[in-house]
Amino acid sequence: MSHAWSQNLLYLALLLSLAFPLGTYMAKVLEGGRTFLHPVLGSLEQGLYRLMGIREDEDMGWKAYAWSITLIKLLGLAAVFLLMKTQAALPLNPEHQANVATGLSINTAVSFITNTNWQAYSGETTLSYLTQMLGLTVQNFLSAATGIAVLVALIRGITRRNATGLGNAWVDLVRSTLYILLPMSFVFALFLVSQGVIQNLSAYIHTAGGQVLAMGPAASQVAIKMLGTNGGGFFGANAAHPFENSSPLSNFVQILSILLIPAALCVTFGHMVKDRRQGWALLAAMTLIFVGALTVCTHAEVKGNPALSPLGVTQVASRVAGQEQPGGNMEGKELRFGPGGSALWATATTAASNGSVNAMHDSFTPLGGLVPMWLMQLGEVVFGGVGSGLYGMLMFALVGVFIGGLMVGRTPEYLGKKVEAFEMKMASIAILLPCAAVLIGAAISVLVANAAASVSNPGPHGFSQILYAWSSASNNNGSAFGGLSVNTPFYNYGLALAMLLGRFGVIWPVLALSGSLVKKKHTPEGLGTLPTHTPLFVGVLVGVVLLVGALTFIPALALGPIAEHLALR
Amino acid sequence: MNLQLRPAIVSFIAISVLTGVAYPLLVTGLGKAIFPRQAGGSLIRKGGQVIGSEWIAQSFTSPRDFWSRPSATVDANNKPLPYNGANSGGSNLAPSNPDLAKAVTERIAALQAADPETRDPVPVDLVTASGSGLDPHISPASAAYQVRRVAKARGLDEAKVRDLVSAHIEPPQFGVLGEARVNVLKLNLALDGLGSK
Repeated sequence: MSHAWSQNLLYLALLLSLAFPLGTYMAKVLEGGRTFLHPVLGSLEQGLYRLMGIREDEDMGWKAYAWSITLIKLLGLAAVFLLMKTQAALPLNPEHQANVATGLSINTAVSFITNTNWQAYSGETTLSYLTQMLGLTVQNFLSAATGIAVLVALIRGITRRNATGLGNAWVDLVRSTLYILLPMSFVFALFLVSQGVIQNLSAYIHTAGGQVLAMGPAASQVAIKMLGTNGGGFFGANAAHPFENSSPLSNFVQILSILLIPAALCVTFGHMVKDRRQGWALLAAMTLIFVGALTVCTHAEVKGNPALSPLGVTQVASRVAGQEQPGGNMEGKELRFGPGGSALWATATTAASNGSVNAMHDSFTPLGGLVPMWLMQLGEVVFGGVGSGLYGMLMFALVGVFIGGLMVGRTPEYLGKKVEAFEMKMASIAILLPCAAVLIGAAISVLVANAAASVSNPGPHGFSQILYAWSSASNNNGSAFGGLSVNTPFYNYGLALAMLLGRFGVIWPVLALSGSLVKKKHTPEGLGTLPTHTPLFVGVLVGVVLLVGALTFIPALALGPIAEHLALR
Repeated sequence: MNLQLRPAIVSFIAISVLTGVAYPLLVTGLGKAIFPRQAGGSLIRKGGQVIGSEWIAQSFTSPRDFWSRPSATVDANNKPLPYNGANSGGSNLAPSNPDLAKAVTERIAALQAADPETRDPVPVDLVTASGSGLDPHISPASAAYQVRRVAKARGLDEAKVRDLVSAHIEPPQFGVLGEARVNVLKLNLALDGLGSK
C-alpha cells in the first residue's frame, strides 16, 4: 500500500488538534485581549492607531466597514500595478526584468488584491525582487487580513443586539496582521529556509556546466502565501519547485499551513459567539466533505493513468527495500512528494482559496482533477480561504436554517437572530454570484474563437482547462490547468473581472447582511428553533453545500472530466 | 460620510513597510546567518566552481551516468530547454493526450537502446516529466533499473554500483512523509569518485 493513506491520517489528526489552541488565541486577539506578543508589539499597535488618527473603540456601520476594506484594496491595486509598470527602473532587480505589459499587470494586481493569486506569468522570468516583496508579499498579508476582518464583522453582526456598529475595520486589519499573520509567517519562513527553501537577494547563479539557477527572497513570500491562503508562487512551478518546497517535511508542513488558520477560525467563531459547539459543528461539516474529496483524489492519483499501462511502464507502488517506487500518475509530479503528497496538496489547496500547487493539476487523472475543480466550485467553503471560507460557510448555514425552517413552518433563526427575506437575498447573492461567473465565463470562452484556441489538450480535457480557469478565478483560488494559454487580452481582463466579482461580490453582501443582523434583537430559543450544533444540522449543512454544488455544476463537469474519465482506458 | 482616507493611506504604508520591507529583509538576514547554505540554494562546489544545486536536477545523457527524470522546461522563446533552472514548469499534458503516450514511448525506447538486454517494465517516474522540470530525485526502483547500464559503461562491478545506490537512498521522512528517493546529482558525483577500471 502506498504511504499516502497514513500521511493523510496524520494530516487530519494534526490539523484538527492544532486548530484548537490557535483558534482560542485568535479569538483573544480579535476581541482585543492581551496576548504574549503585546509586550513586544503593543506599543507599535497603539502608535499605528495614533498615526492613522483613529480610536480603537470607534465603531463603523456596515457601509463604512465595507468601504474601508474596498479602499485599502484599491490602494493595493494601484501599488502593485505601478510597481510592475516601473520595476525596470527600480532597485532589487539584479536580472533586469523588464516592465510588465498593461494587461498582465492589471490581471496580476487584481489577482493579488482579491486573494486569488492567479498567475498568468512565471515569477522567475517576469518579476523583480522588489515587485515580489513590496508588491505581492504585502498583498498576501493584506488580503488575508481583510478576510479575517470581514469574518469578524459578520460574527459581530450575529452577536451584537440592537446595535449598528460592526467594529473598526482598521483595528481588525492591524490586529490580524500584527498578532496573527506576521509572527506566524516569520517563524514559518525560517523553518522553510532550514529545509532548503531559498532566501537571498543574489543574482541568478550560472554554474560551471552552463545551468542557470533562479534565486530570490522565496521563503518569506512562501510562508505568507501558504498561511494566508493566497497561493501565488515565487517561481513558475509554484510549490513543485524544489527551491520553494524542498523536502517531504516542508511539503507536509506547507499543506498543514494551508488549512490551519481556516480550520482554527471555526474554533474562534465558537469562542466569539459564546457557544463552542457552534464552531465545532461547522468544523465537522467541513471535515466531512474534505475527507470524501481527499479519498477520491488520492485513490485516483495513486492508481495511475490507464493510458500508460500498455506501454511497458509499472505504476504499482513498491516498498521492497532497494526497489521502492511511488508508482501512480507521476506526470507533472515531484518524486519526493509522490502521488499521495500531491493529491493531499491538491485537495487542501482547492478546499481553501489557496491555489498553490505542488504538482501540475492539468496532468492529474480525470477524477483526480475533478476533485479540486469541484471543491472550488462549491465556493471554497470547506475550510476555505482565511476568513472567506468561514463567512462563505455561514452563508450556507443561513440557507440551511432557512430550509429547515420551511420544513417545520417557523421563521428560521440562527444563533438568536431571525433570518428574514433580506438576509436570504444577501446570502443567495453571495453564493450564486461566483457560480454565475464560472458558468457564464466558461460558456463565453467556448464560443469566442480566440479564447477557445488557448486550449492545449485535445478532447474533453480542453473544456476542463477552460472550466477550471473560470472556477479558479471566480472563487479566488488561483490554481490552474496550466496548459491553457491565459496571458491573452481575453483571459487577462475577463478573469480579472471574475476575480473582482468573486471577492467584492461576496464581501459586500456579507457585510450588508451583517449590518442587518446587528440591528435585530435577540430571539430566545423556542420549541421551533432548529439547533445548529447537532449532527442533524451538520448533515443539513453538508447536504445544502453539496446540493447547490451538484445542481449547478454537474452538467458542466459531465462535459469535461467525467467524459474524459469514461473515454480513458 | 467620513472618507477614511487618512487611516487607509497610513495603514497601507505602515503595513507595506512592515510586511514588504522589514519582514523579508529580516528573514533574509537571519536566514543567511543561521542557515547560510540553504538560504543560498544548497550549492555544490567542485574546485572552487559552483557545479550545481543539491535541489535542482541536471541533464545527464551519457550511459555512464544515472539519468534524471525527464524535464519539460522551455527557454525564453518557448523552445524545449530541459532542466532550465531559470524557468520552471511541467508539460501540462493531460493523461488522455496522445502526445503524453508518445513521449513516454520514446523515453522507454531511449532507455532500452542504452541497455538493450533489459526488458523489465520501467518505473513510471523515470519516463514522466516532473512538475517543476527540476526534480532532483528518482525512485530507488528507477536507480536500480539503470544500475546495469551504468556499471557496464563504466566498467564497474554491478554489485559495487548497487551498493552505492543503496547508500544514497533516503527513506520517507519519519517513515510516512513523502517517498523514498535518490538524489541523482549526488549519486553521479559519488560514482565519479569511484573511478573506473
